[in-house]
Amino acid sequence: MKYIEEFRSKKLARTLADAISREAASNREYRLMEFCGGHTHAIFRYGVQALLPPNVVFVHGPGCPVCVLPIARIDNAIALVERHDVILCTYGDMLRVPASGRNSLLKVKAAGGDVRMVWSTLDALKIARDNPEKEVVFFAIGFETTTPPTVVAIRQAAAEGLKNFSVFCNHVLTPAAIQSILESPETRELEQVAIDGFFGPSHVSSIIGTRPYEFFAQKYQKPVVIAGFEPLDVMQSALMLIRQLNQGRAEVENEYTRVVSRDGNTKAQALVAEVLELRYSFEWRGLGRVPHSALQIKPRWSEFDAEQRFEIPASQARDVRGCECPSILRGVKKPTDCKLFGNICTPENPMGSCMVSSEGACAAYWSYGRFREPARREAAG
Amino acid sequence: MKDTSGRFSRRLDLRRGTVDMTHGSGGRAMAQLIQELFVACFDNELLRQGNDQALFEVEKGRMVMSTDGHVISPLFFPGGDIGSLAVHGTLNDVAMSGARPLYLSAGFILEEGFPLADLQRIVASMAEASRSAAVPVVTGDTKVVERGKGDGVFITTTGVGVVPEGVNISGEWARPGDVILLSGPIGNHGVAIMSSRENLEFETTIASDSSALHGLVADMVAAAPGIHCLRDPTRGGLATTLNELAQQSQVGMNLLEAEIPMDDEVVAACELLGLDPLYVANEGKLICICAPEDADELLRVMRAHPLSQRAARIGEVVADRDGFVQMETRFGGTRVVDWLAGEQLPRIC
Repeated sequence: MKYIEEFRSKKLARTLADAISREAASNREYRLMEFCGGHTHAIFRYGVQALLPPNVVFVHGPGCPVCVLPIARIDNAIALVERHDVILCTYGDMLRVPASGRNSLLKVKAAGGDVRMVWSTLDALKIARDNPEKEVVFFAIGFETTTPPTVVAIRQAAAEGLKNFSVFCNHVLTPAAIQSILESPETRELEQVAIDGFFGPSHVSSIIGTRPYEFFAQKYQKPVVIAGFEPLDVMQSALMLIRQLNQGRAEVENEYTRVVSRDGNTKAQALVAEVLELRYSFEWRGLGRVPHSALQIKPRWSEFDAEQRFEIPASQARDVRGCECPSILRGVKKPTDCKLFGNICTPENPMGSCMVSSEGACAAYWSYGRFREPARREAAG
Repeated sequence: MKDTSGRFSRRLDLRRGTVDMTHGSGGRAMAQLIQELFVACFDNELLRQGNDQALFEVEKGRMVMSTDGHVISPLFFPGGDIGSLAVHGTLNDVAMSGARPLYLSAGFILEEGFPLADLQRIVASMAEASRSAAVPVVTGDTKVVERGKGDGVFITTTGVGVVPEGVNISGEWARPGDVILLSGPIGNHGVAIMSSRENLEFETTIASDSSALHGLVADMVAAAPGIHCLRDPTRGGLATTLNELAQQSQVGMNLLEAEIPMDDEVVAACELLGLDPLYVANEGKLICICAPEDADELLRVMRAHPLSQRAARIGEVVADRDGFVQMETRFGGTRVVDWLAGEQLPRIC
């Protein structure tokens, strides 16, 4: 724990907070988007916002893998269980995400569907080995960090000659999503979302490196600081972003040098490239269809591709009416701007995906941040 | 439960035998299981009465009663098993009223095919827990369900106890200005269970803190009969239990994260698994809320007891009509500590 506690030191936090207060100009706002749910979680869990001056504002981005998956893909996963009688293996958070018709994988499981929560892709492989008479599908979600383990599982299944294992691939790509936010009409034309700079992802960047961000830092003139997930990382990165903005720079800087390099993990990149390829486009919750923003399984490995192996009916699912997850994911609105927030949408009864995962902006607001909204509490009486 | 020893031509095969449907049928096989396993382990005067109920004198005063079903997986874990847990769980629920527990009952739901050797190990551990707590199991019940309809064994225990005169402990009595005490480091039980789960085994020396707290409670009540609230933070962990108390008493709470005792190993395991120790279950800890003038004496008594040497003052009760539990983080920030949503880990008790 020594190497973790070092990044949670109260004393250093105080020093950094003083530096930020000193250097942040009082006549302007600094709106900094943390793309990753991991950052959102750290900010709330450690109470980082309370240490910063009020004009340094965190804008919570779409970087929670559970939150960005559209309802239709969850309907697809449910169809795999209900129509094809597969054993569906998934990470725990996915169980509670609302699908259309107030359904969820948790409800499907309770009704007798074989849905299993796993901690790693290797657990899914073991389930496939142990149940040779059943089809086993791994519901793969996540950004670049969780992609290599999925690829390893596919290669392992091939090496073992496992015939009953396949992957429902929903892996998505970070740079494409950030670009989509910067390209969205709210940002470009309406200037509703003023984002001055970005905290770059930490774990994702350990795989892809810092190079992929250079293009849009330059094109859109927004500074990016790759930040670790510990609270001191977030504060140090906030200071680095503020300095860049004060000096009129828009560069990619790396605060998380203890893990991230410019080129990233080239071995993992090669592994992924061997099995997966870019999708022409993919639907994100909140961002709509984003070109070249997700991965699919290459034709050579199609026997492990659940989308090739099973006929999955198309879903016409739409979000719950009134749910502001799409706007919240783009940073246009805050969770407390949503009429459903805290009324009918709570972590116990999530209406939208942002309320499900602890990395989701709504769940984080609900669990850790409500006390910051005294006006709303008064209004709610 | 009459003394029927010698009535059965062959003794139960406790080494290789398994539970079958006849063990729950009410016939001779069931009588033999009760006699050679349950009565043999739990032996006490009231059980030996051999009736379908235990008959005992009632003490004058107020009694409490509590019941708890146990479905933990795995059945055996570092620091205990479903048997000892079934005793501790109910004893603690009785004790959190300030009561002295008197008697326990135990109901077993067994799955066809369950090894008798495992059952004996569990019952022996239960008997040991009840003996060292000096609270006998005086009546019980056994049912058997078909293979696939249970998960080895489920145990429900019920306990009764007597509340000393002048003691009035309830979750609704927390008042602004009260002090919140915690009896020791949190999260050990949940992490120990997790470390022994089939799909998640990891090397650790963390053992469950499962233990009977009524001895500690007796010391505390003797030192400060005016304790306001006692509760053991089991499922949902410290965070959820404090929220329950805050809601019941309609108050808020302010905690100091730096004062909450935790073992380094538990913190490290939680870090690895992405869990927040505040939400991880405990089976041998208690939260005490008391008037500020009682706090020092209670802390002294708690620290003198072997089960709570690391007791600490972790925060205070404040007026807040929304019932928010807030915490100053170790990092120096502030956050809300909310109820557990969903499930961090199923079947921990």
